[in-house]
Amino acid sequence: MEPLLEILKNLHPEIDFNTCETLIDDGLIDSFDIVTIISEINEEYDVVIPAEEIVPDNFNSAKALYDLVTRLEDE
Amino acid sequence: MKRNILEYLEQTAARYPEKTAFANESMGMTFSEVYQASRSIGTCLAEKGYGKEPVVIYMKKHPHMIAAFWGVVYSGCFYVPMDEEMPEFRIELIFQNLHPRAVICDGDTQDKVRALEDFDGEILSYDEICGYPCNDLVLDQIRQRSIDTDPVYIVFTSGSTGVPKGVAACHRSVIDYVESLTEVLGVTEDSVLANQTPLYFDACLKELFSSLKCGATTYLVPKQLFMFPVRLVEFLNEHKINTVCWVVSALTMISSMKTFDKVVPKYLHTIAFGSEVFPIRQFNLWRKTLPNARFINLYGPTEATGMSCYYEVDREFEETDVIPIGRPFKNTEILLLDRDDQIPPAGEPGEICIRGTALTLGYYNNPEKTDEVFVQNPLNHSYHELIYRTGDIGKLNERGELVFLSRKDYQIKHMGHRIELGEIEVHVNRIEGIRSACCIYDKETEKIVLFYVGETDQKDLVVALRKKLPRYMIPNHVYVLERMPLTANGKIDRLKLRQINDEKKRRK
Repeated sequence: MEPLLEILKNLHPEIDFNTCETLIDDGLIDSFDIVTIISEINEEYDVVIPAEEIVPDNFNSAKALYDLVTRLEDE
Repeated sequence: MKRNILEYLEQTAARYPEKTAFANESMGMTFSEVYQASRSIGTCLAEKGYGKEPVVIYMKKHPHMIAAFWGVVYSGCFYVPMDEEMPEFRIELIFQNLHPRAVICDGDTQDKVRALEDFDGEILSYDEICGYPCNDLVLDQIRQRSIDTDPVYIVFTSGSTGVPKGVAACHRSVIDYVESLTEVLGVTEDSVLANQTPLYFDACLKELFSSLKCGATTYLVPKQLFMFPVRLVEFLNEHKINTVCWVVSALTMISSMKTFDKVVPKYLHTIAFGSEVFPIRQFNLWRKTLPNARFINLYGPTEATGMSCYYEVDREFEETDVIPIGRPFKNTEILLLDRDDQIPPAGEPGEICIRGTALTLGYYNNPEKTDEVFVQNPLNHSYHELIYRTGDIGKLNERGELVFLSRKDYQIKHMGHRIELGEIEVHVNRIEGIRSACCIYDKETEKIVLFYVGETDQKDLVVALRKKLPRYMIPNHVYVLERMPLTANGKIDRLKLRQINDEKKRRK
């Protein structure tokens, strides 16, 4: 999970990604961030997040995002 | 001949009173409701003594905000739309430029305006003034006194000195633009548009005036949907959207995520795009998905009212090609001028300069900046004639189409936003502990990269910057350096910074 946290922290050093579970609901990250996160996950984990997985639930917390990445890695 | 943009609203409200003009995901306003609300707001402002002055509209993106625009114009004032998420510091800078006496707010923004230190004007609540008793006589008198060179709006754009510049546009320029634009886009009463751009830029005029002039319906797309491509396309289908005028990054967000494998925007037949270069690979994905749709590239600076040039795609493009910006709208001329203010030989680069009614009134309360770029046409020695120097470098291709090449300064286009890198640098330099700062734009990765020298750590720097600048101007990568590389004559060496950036990318 460390590399993912690193990606997120680089984008928003002011957010505590270990605890925050409302990244989308509270408007803490926006479309700029989503695009960046998806492309950096692709580089770091060699995982392509398919369009249908780009939904609020998968981006509301670092943990949800990490679960998504692991799930996609396993497939 | 029209002299006032409100004639569009009046004619359309008479023709399609019960048709939806502006809507969002949960509500809509008919043309008749927009007409009534804006005449009420206009009367209210006029009876309170406002006239021929800027009125700030500080509301969240909503059909009511649009009704407030026309309400301000009814009063004989000009509207200044503000970004509800803008940091307080930037709002203060803009208020210092405008000295507004009145601000129209919604429930969410009133407290933010009250908190502004320098503002002691009147705060008007949309909900309270939208039902104000309309006075036809007062509004008629205002109309009789108004002329088509009076301003309609002021929108603020990035300024390299750290202070945003307010571009003021008059009725005549807006009408000139709207007439050409709707013709090029082929807007009719059957058009259904989905607005993507914020209401605080002139980019939204494309949708707002397509509705006002032609009776088309405009949906304001919730901003959050631009993060979730499948849902975005589902929204387009749900509302049978057939026309969009979006920034390139909103379109590529959909195509690059392989959204079309799941869902296709099946009603779309007209796709206008602009503000950035469309990567051909992404463009071709769109074209393959919607082979019968029209694709139109739009180009133009805020200073020349919306858009100035268009190119409707009429051929195949290879990945190494660039989609041209084409030719100017009717009643607009593009001059390419070289360093000696002469027209270069065909095919040679020159600065894109614009001539015509579309030229705006310049920067509000800022004659110095205005005079730098709104200048006498150097080819005309016989009478007063202004041109606007865009700072964009272009050339004509072998087909005689205009092609954008580059900027002559440090202005960039990032995710559709026009940004002066200098403005970011000014604010970084003002942060305590910073000794030197410089921004470059990495076109390949589309990232703003900031280099600085100082004791402040990166996190504190970003946190401080967020209080000063809008979200889209915050650097994507921040690197601290031991010392700033300088050129032989002591300027910051941007080439060297680009090398350092490339090095960092490689190491990643």
